[in-house]
Amino acid sequence: MPELGRAALAATLGLVLYALVAGAIAARTRRRRLADSAQTALLLTFATTLVATLVLLAAFARNDYGFVYVWQLTSDQLPILYTLAALWGGQEGSLLFWLLLLTIYSAAAVLLNRRSSRDLTVWVVPVLATVMLFFSFMLVFVSSPFATQAAPDDGRGLNPSLQNPYMLTHPIFLYLGYVGLTIPFAFAIGSLLARRTDERWIVTTRRATLVAWTALGVGQILGSKWAYEEVGWGGFYAWDPVENAALMPWLAATAFLHSVMVQEKRGMLRLWNMLLVILAFALSIFGTFLTRSGILSSVHSFTESPIGAWFLGFLTFVVVGSLALVLVRLPLLRTRAKLESLVSREASFLYNNLLLVALTLTILWGVLYPIVHEAVVGEARIVGPGYYNFFLKVFGLPLLLLMGIGPLIAWRRASLRGLGAAFAWPAAIALATGAALLSLGAGSSIPGLIAYTFSAFVLASIGLEFARGTRARRALAGGTWPAAFSALVGRNRRRYGGYVVHAAIVLLAIGIAGASAYDTVSEGRLARGETLSVGDYRLTYTDLVERQGANATLVRARLEVARGDDELGVLEAGKNAYTVERQVSNEVGIRTDLLTGTDLFVIAEQINPDGTVFLRVFVKPLVNLLWLAGFVFLFGALITMWPDAREQRRLALRYQGTDVPARP
Amino acid sequence: MSLALLLGALLAAACVVLVALPYLRPDDGPGLLDEPGELERRRLELAETRDRALAALKELELDHRAGRVSDTDYRALVGPLRREAAEALRALEPRAAGAQRVKAPPPG
Repeated sequence: MPELGRAALAATLGLVLYALVAGAIAARTRRRRLADSAQTALLLTFATTLVATLVLLAAFARNDYGFVYVWQLTSDQLPILYTLAALWGGQEGSLLFWLLLLTIYSAAAVLLNRRSSRDLTVWVVPVLATVMLFFSFMLVFVSSPFATQAAPDDGRGLNPSLQNPYMLTHPIFLYLGYVGLTIPFAFAIGSLLARRTDERWIVTTRRATLVAWTALGVGQILGSKWAYEEVGWGGFYAWDPVENAALMPWLAATAFLHSVMVQEKRGMLRLWNMLLVILAFALSIFGTFLTRSGILSSVHSFTESPIGAWFLGFLTFVVVGSLALVLVRLPLLRTRAKLESLVSREASFLYNNLLLVALTLTILWGVLYPIVHEAVVGEARIVGPGYYNFFLKVFGLPLLLLMGIGPLIAWRRASLRGLGAAFAWPAAIALATGAALLSLGAGSSIPGLIAYTFSAFVLASIGLEFARGTRARRALAGGTWPAAFSALVGRNRRRYGGYVVHAAIVLLAIGIAGASAYDTVSEGRLARGETLSVGDYRLTYTDLVERQGANATLVRARLEVARGDDELGVLEAGKNAYTVERQVSNEVGIRTDLLTGTDLFVIAEQINPDGTVFLRVFVKPLVNLLWLAGFVFLFGALITMWPDAREQRRLALRYQGTDVPARP
Repeated sequence: MSLALLLGALLAAACVVLVALPYLRPDDGPGLLDEPGELERRRLELAETRDRALAALKELELDHRAGRVSDTDYRALVGPLRREAAEALRALEPRAAGAQRVKAPPPG
């Protein structure tokens, strides 16, 4: 059925072209029927793109190697879930998946706002259609997933490193994040096109931005878990350009989520918010460009890539076009409100923004430098983890501290006396924690010690915020402590949900510091019966076993693990030899101590014909806080985005009468 | 013609019909979308200022009660916020009434 897939994509292209042209004319001339027609066209793109996606998925399910894309990524032996997940395993399918998610987000945005925000939505439709036009054009003319061939007997198989449960979910979340950032961008640009000076676009896209940001965050945690378990080098984040590609838009969106509160609370930073939302979207396109253009291999592979130049052109169009529009509308973005004091909540948000943007741009330069260097000088350069780790400390540690400071300062301004009272307890707890850690030997890593001290400060300030808030709520409304706590969070979801997210970031910081600054490593070649010690652990190599998996031969070194006098059981580490793919993957052994959050992490670097194995073993303290942070992050994000009926009513009242549907 | 091509053609035809539907079905609604005028835009701006000031007052009260804001800071902040909210409310009321009058349908 490749013809149906091609026809469906061609229909999508036709629909978005119509939505763009008709939508732009309707927005300009205010013709209602034309606007309705353009919106219907945009909604229908979901149906046509879904048909195309289902055709491709059906081809995967049937192992139809007549589809070149299916042949490139699957084999008869590949388990069905990985076969279906191969949809986003290559370039063409990724683009199709991008487009499908964009049509879902766009349809939801149009359906939810076509009545309540009609005046704005009419301008948003052509913006969304422009982004869709690019992707549907690519899929129809440049990189079609429906290219066919005479069907070979078997496929080429899927890259073994992608055959991991986390790869079933990690790309979905990442794409949900990348694509979701299109919605705030489209409404921001739509608002500028409509010459609107109000905050409607922010209110309308608040939840979509949170969904995209949360998905991008969860996607990165899942990606780290995948790297930790599957890539098998002993870490969870390697500052790889593809990883950075997801981190940069997340950082920019984080800055946006904070600065947008300053606009809502104080009416400030309108221009800054526009620039941030453009930056976040441009970085999401840049991320896709980076991973799909081949530019990371070399500038030469970029020039040979069929999609690289198109992506670069679209990215340039997005950035130049958006900035030109911002420039034209600059008078509308001026605000009368000024920063009253450098010691205020809004000032702390501003510092947070400057640090986040500085970190984002530093990472961007680290990603771009090798490309620019190769293009100009002609030789490849690598920017190593040292560069990124340095700037992570320079910008990340003050950011961590600000997470504790911000909630303690009032909006507008705060006196020194007030600050002293607010900071006393968190500062005392942080200093006590720092001193205790120093006495326990944590001074071996100064950045680690600072990170832990700051983390204690943030956690103390968050705890204090919840305690003081609950007490105040109970004094105001009476009732039990749990009822007061529940009312406090329920009535201030963004604020207290945000604090839970901050707690997640602290857990992340503690986990990263523990696993990278205080880890222990040991390596050695072992014959059967020999023992390797690392930290408190002893590993005795007992045996080498071979098993047949679904599509690979599994070879595992069995290791008896002991700590002190305690026998902790058997751990296996080894390699998988994939038959069809003709590739070998490292399969690490991990033993988690749930009580301390510490991992014993074993890599079987070499398995020799004489039965000896070369092992590299890490003890990673607190690394499991990273994964726990993922759950806490998701929980906090859900609190912030949970619908609040009281707020909805207030907003409905505010915007009542500003969206009169039509005039005769 | 293969089944796939037939389905593709049907899909395209269905899209064309649905997109054209706003022009095909009888419609006695207004032909042009309204655009908020200067008065509406000003009203919205004032409504945002009002909401901002009221929300800030509410938060300040809670922060003061919770001990996050000292008595001195509270006294310094509450006055300007109340004035801001009152000014927005004062400015909004006659304008809102005016806007209602502007939007009222013509008699008959």
